Amino acid sequence: MHNTQTVFYEQFDDRTQQHEASSLGMWIFLATEIMFFGAVFTAYTVYRNLYTVAFETGSHLLNTPIGAFNTAVLIGSSLTMALAVHAAQTGKRKRLIAFLISTMILGGVFVGIKFFLEWTHDYHEGLAPGLHWTYAGPQSSHVAMFFVFYFVLTGIHATHMVVGEGIMAVLLVMAWRGKFSPERYNPVEMFGLYWHFVDIVWIFLFPLLYLLGAHF
Amino acid sequence: MSSTEVAIEPRVHYLNVDYGIKSWLLTTDHKRIAWLYLIAITFFFAIGAVSAALMRLNLVEPQGLVLQPETYNKLFSTHGIMMIFLFLVPSIPAVMGNFLIPIMLGARDVAFPRLNLLSWYVFMVGGSIVTYGLIAGGVDTGWTFYTPLSTMYLNTHVMTTASGLFIAGFSSILTGLNFVVTIHKMRAPGLTWFRLPLFIWAMYATSIIFIIGTPVIAISLALITIERFFHAGIFDPALGGDPVLFQHLFWFYSHPAVYVMILPSMGVVSEVITAFSKKKIFGYHFIAFSSVAIAAIGFLVWGHHMFVSGQSIYAGLVFSALSMAVAIPSAVKVFNWTATLYKGSISYEAPMLYALGFIGLFTIGGLTGLYLATTAIDQHVHATYFVVAHFHYVMVGGAIMGYMAGIHYWWPKISGRLYPDGWSRVAAVIIFVGFNLTFFPQFVLGYLGMPRRYAVYPPEFQTLNVISTAGATILGLGYVIPLIYFAWSARYGELAGPNPWKATGLEWTISSPPSTHNFEETPEVTEEPYGYDRLAEEIQVA
Repeated sequence: MHNTQTVFYEQFDDRTQQHEASSLGMWIFLATEIMFFGAVFTAYTVYRNLYTVAFETGSHLLNTPIGAFNTAVLIGSSLTMALAVHAAQTGKRKRLIAFLISTMILGGVFVGIKFFLEWTHDYHEGLAPGLHWTYAGPQSSHVAMFFVFYFVLTGIHATHMVVGEGIMAVLLVMAWRGKFSPERYNPVEMFGLYWHFVDIVWIFLFPLLYLLGAHF
Repeated sequence: MSSTEVAIEPRVHYLNVDYGIKSWLLTTDHKRIAWLYLIAITFFFAIGAVSAALMRLNLVEPQGLVLQPETYNKLFSTHGIMMIFLFLVPSIPAVMGNFLIPIMLGARDVAFPRLNLLSWYVFMVGGSIVTYGLIAGGVDTGWTFYTPLSTMYLNTHVMTTASGLFIAGFSSILTGLNFVVTIHKMRAPGLTWFRLPLFIWAMYATSIIFIIGTPVIAISLALITIERFFHAGIFDPALGGDPVLFQHLFWFYSHPAVYVMILPSMGVVSEVITAFSKKKIFGYHFIAFSSVAIAAIGFLVWGHHMFVSGQSIYAGLVFSALSMAVAIPSAVKVFNWTATLYKGSISYEAPMLYALGFIGLFTIGGLTGLYLATTAIDQHVHATYFVVAHFHYVMVGGAIMGYMAGIHYWWPKISGRLYPDGWSRVAAVIIFVGFNLTFFPQFVLGYLGMPRRYAVYPPEFQTLNVISTAGATILGLGYVIPLIYFAWSARYGELAGPNPWKATGLEWTISSPPSTHNFEETPEVTEEPYGYDRLAEEIQVA
């Protein structure tokens, strides 16, 4: 029934249908991600409104320059990801591999900084509620709540980054074996959407967590 | 009407195309995945049913007949968690939706078959963890996991259960995503939106709720686990948290989840009512859009669970008004079904008995919902058996009646065989009688002030409680009979043939059971659904 050289799954009639289906599927998945993060953002907003001062105090205990540097790293990785998608579309295998590797490196730098320079540091400073909490300033329990949200939000975000690194490793192997062509680059494009989404979440997280009460 | 043609089973179909456990556990055929779900949810239903039976047994005596109060608390939690998260939410979508959506669209499979199988595995991992939590000692939070009770005070398996439900939630998300993409992108040529069966519209609305609502309950359960594990303040008032916030997040999913449970049944009823009154559906567009309206408005009514939880009275007013509004699309459906019956040539096979039962019981459940949406009345009957009776009229009288209607209607397609007609009608009547005997007295009990979730009660409520338990016994018998004859008919039932009900719809144009790819060639759709008028003309001419 089908041409033997087809590059789509048997449930689809043609490649256009397959491409439209996977795009729609990815966008719907991202919508569920927005709802997933949205619930925590809602809770964060409620408590920030209740405990404005304590949340600003907590925010000042974070390392803003490192956060800003990580923001730049992540935006850079979005650029290399976009270039990787373009390389896949135009069938440039070596460029695709190079840009996938750069995206993985930048993503790795972000997660590394997050873990070793920020979370570990916070833990040693006694800023990890439930594990090691020694902060003795005013409104200690409300500052602790800020840190709960800090760890939950950056933790979920970092989990998404790590999952992304894993998927990129698979894509890299596929690219290496020459599985992508201008006719078949769907997986790279769909992953690009995911990666940009994870970046955008960080663009919201950075001001909400690091820049409370900041004056320039 | 009497066809003398002998029903012939196709030589190769999806059930016998391959044998062995591996061919089932690694299948990507949507019809086999439907079977995997059917077996799993029947198991979870059995656990939920046994815990309900033990509760009803205990309530025969005011001081409790057999159970310790702690055990009773665990049983009502088990009953709620199993029935809602692991039976009702996946029931029609994962079984009949999986089986029928591609066929009704004229497609070979869903858009993402491997994702479909993955969502079953995710469901099983989540369900197994929940079941393990129950075996290890259970939870006594109720299915609602209200904080700070669940996070700070109870020493039961809250984290295990919450983690299991967190995982099972992703199964709903993936299923919903798969269905929406399938309905958008996999329709056969000529199958426009307004030529779709109403079951598809209902599944579409359900899938939207899965997609938007489920992530919120997932993260809420994760936050509970975090608060409990780290003793870090999120919802606990002692640590500056707000327990009402948890209730908002919980009901933001869990009220729309009620529509996840009822909308698919409404879709089934639209199919069954037309097939057994041999009439075109009355008000197709109204029924289709009322499904979407229920999904949309259903997201804005969650606060009616919290009239006495300390939310602002102005919020209460708005939620009350919106809850009244969601009754309108539900009533639109009931009126249209009734109008469809008018002057139809009605026959009373088992699916039709369940569908008619649905209309009556859902109407009672829906109207008593309006009582509860009225803030002043809710003050009086909140957390009493009136609420219990109300939602069982919707969930059992509505959702499960619809599930039974659907299973009986499509069983000949799913298995290729007929079940015993007489027994199926008897079981439908037994279930209807048993159901009403169980739950109608609970309206009275609640109105008189008996609170829900108590292991003991004042002696003056005993008569009504004994009646309710007697009804539950009859209801339980009613559920066992179909289990037996379905198992029997899968092997020994008479061959059904492609269209035993003389119904319209793409699923009745293919063989029973269908082949792996459903259609020999992609069908082309040229007309609106439910063309029973034309069917009647053809029969007259013949």
